[in-house]
Amino acid sequence: MQSILSVSQVSKTYASGQKALEHVDLEIRRGEIFALLGPNGAGKTTLISIICGIVTPSSGTILVDGHNAIRHPREARSRIGLVPQELSVDMFETVAATMRFSRGLFGKAPDKAHTEQVLRDLSLWDKRDAKIMELSGGMKRRVLIAKALSHEPDILFLDEPTAGVDVSLRRDMWKLIGSLRARGVTIILTTHYIEEAEEMADRVGVINKGQLLLVEDKAALMKKLGKREMDLSLVEPLSEVPAGLEEWHLSLEDEGHRLRYVFDAQAERTGIPSLLRKLGELGIAFKDLDTSKSSLEDIFVDLVEKR
Amino acid sequence: MTGINLHGIWAIYRFEMARTLRTLWQSVATPVITTSLYFIVFGGAIGSKIDAIGDVNYGSFLVPGLIMLTLLTQSISNASIGIYFPKFTGTIFELLSAPISAIELVVGYVGAAATKSVVIGLIILITSAFFVDLRIDHPVAMIAFLVLTSVAFSMFGFIIGVWAKGFEQLSFVPALLITPLTFLGGAFYSIDMLPEPWRTVSLFNPVVYLVSGFRWSFFGAGDVSVGWSLGVTGFFLLLCLGLIVAIFRTGYRLKN
Repeated sequence: MQSILSVSQVSKTYASGQKALEHVDLEIRRGEIFALLGPNGAGKTTLISIICGIVTPSSGTILVDGHNAIRHPREARSRIGLVPQELSVDMFETVAATMRFSRGLFGKAPDKAHTEQVLRDLSLWDKRDAKIMELSGGMKRRVLIAKALSHEPDILFLDEPTAGVDVSLRRDMWKLIGSLRARGVTIILTTHYIEEAEEMADRVGVINKGQLLLVEDKAALMKKLGKREMDLSLVEPLSEVPAGLEEWHLSLEDEGHRLRYVFDAQAERTGIPSLLRKLGELGIAFKDLDTSKSSLEDIFVDLVEKR
Repeated sequence: MTGINLHGIWAIYRFEMARTLRTLWQSVATPVITTSLYFIVFGGAIGSKIDAIGDVNYGSFLVPGLIMLTLLTQSISNASIGIYFPKFTGTIFELLSAPISAIELVVGYVGAAATKSVVIGLIILITSAFFVDLRIDHPVAMIAFLVLTSVAFSMFGFIIGVWAKGFEQLSFVPALLITPLTFLGGAFYSIDMLPEPWRTVSLFNPVVYLVSGFRWSFFGAGDVSVGWSLGVTGFFLLLCLGLIVAIFRTGYRLKN
């Protein structure tokens, strides 16, 4: 499948000498939700800004639906909508006027029906004649999304869409992103809330210190790197792992009240039945058993710290 | 999408004009009141003691100079705030990410700022008719000078807006450069009234040529020939245009 966005060998060194990106290669598939994960200062916003034309790359090329973003910015940019991280809005304008402005700026004739649809989807229709300065922070964020969607982009960039947003709005936002994807919009979001990527993304990229560490299918990534844990709550606390259980590499948690077994979720033989049998033989009684999958967050922290 | 992004130009123009209309009182009333005060003080009180310059009485002589003074300061402040404010609030991200070329962007911003200046210039002209006898020998040339000067100085203002890193720098050039140059540029007197060497020094002041040409369109005579006036105005226009093209080529103070 032809990718809708192709970033190759993009590097950026700021005038201050700070290296923000180093040889980044990235292919985004048409219609997918791609989450770019990374700690603060990893280069997420720089990468997005370069693709959108706000920052000039030091080297590298970007193709947006086959159009070179640097040589033919008009064709490339008209396909992109950007929701920035900062709440940068024209305070004195009304919601409807600022959306009309954005649509015009991207070269499109006014379309009342489309404008109304977007405002309704974002629960902003009732506020269309309100000045932006009168709106709450969450509403302002929605206005930014409305502006980005005003010209019907094929690719939508969301830079930290849910930073500083309350739980209910975050859920709304996730729902909206889902419905945009259903309409065929390709979505690229940056976040440092792993939960967000886990909830929505088809694929995940991890960036740290300007380098793209990996790009992987989310499910595959979690399978590949995912570990599972089994915790046994003991009836009698233990001071140390009893002899005879060495082959399972167990650890004691919670001051000897819990016995933890970490195993590979992908392995054919998990070793659980034999462990339970052995515990029975040794007379170690447990009152509860709990298993858990490691989250994307664990995987992420693991990755970033390893490098 | 190819060709010219007319919707984009129109969007910017409309946005800027809406900004003007929001501050209509300040935009229009201030120049009207200020120029009325000039006419009362210089034209009425002091002017009655001053001889006619050529065959033009002093009150009428003031009109082109006053319009020019307002035109220059208004054009600069309008256009500079127009582009500085998005930089300040961060909304410039949208302009930079939009499929709009540098020229289209400038046409939108400078067009709106120049429109406002021309309108204010005409308002002052009408206001002055209440105080003095007006005579306009070359109305077409008068409008041409009005428009050309507004466009040139709106471009200059745009450059200042891009260059400025704070509100202080924004008012620096109009207050410390343009106002003195205009006062010394024959807005209120004919440079022929100056003793040497100041008369010759004045000829290095570009504003002299702007005021002189504009005055010629009213009374058929100026300090320098109208050809020179037109030449200097045109040169300044091209200079600003060149600077703007360079700004967008290099991304100077707009992009990292």
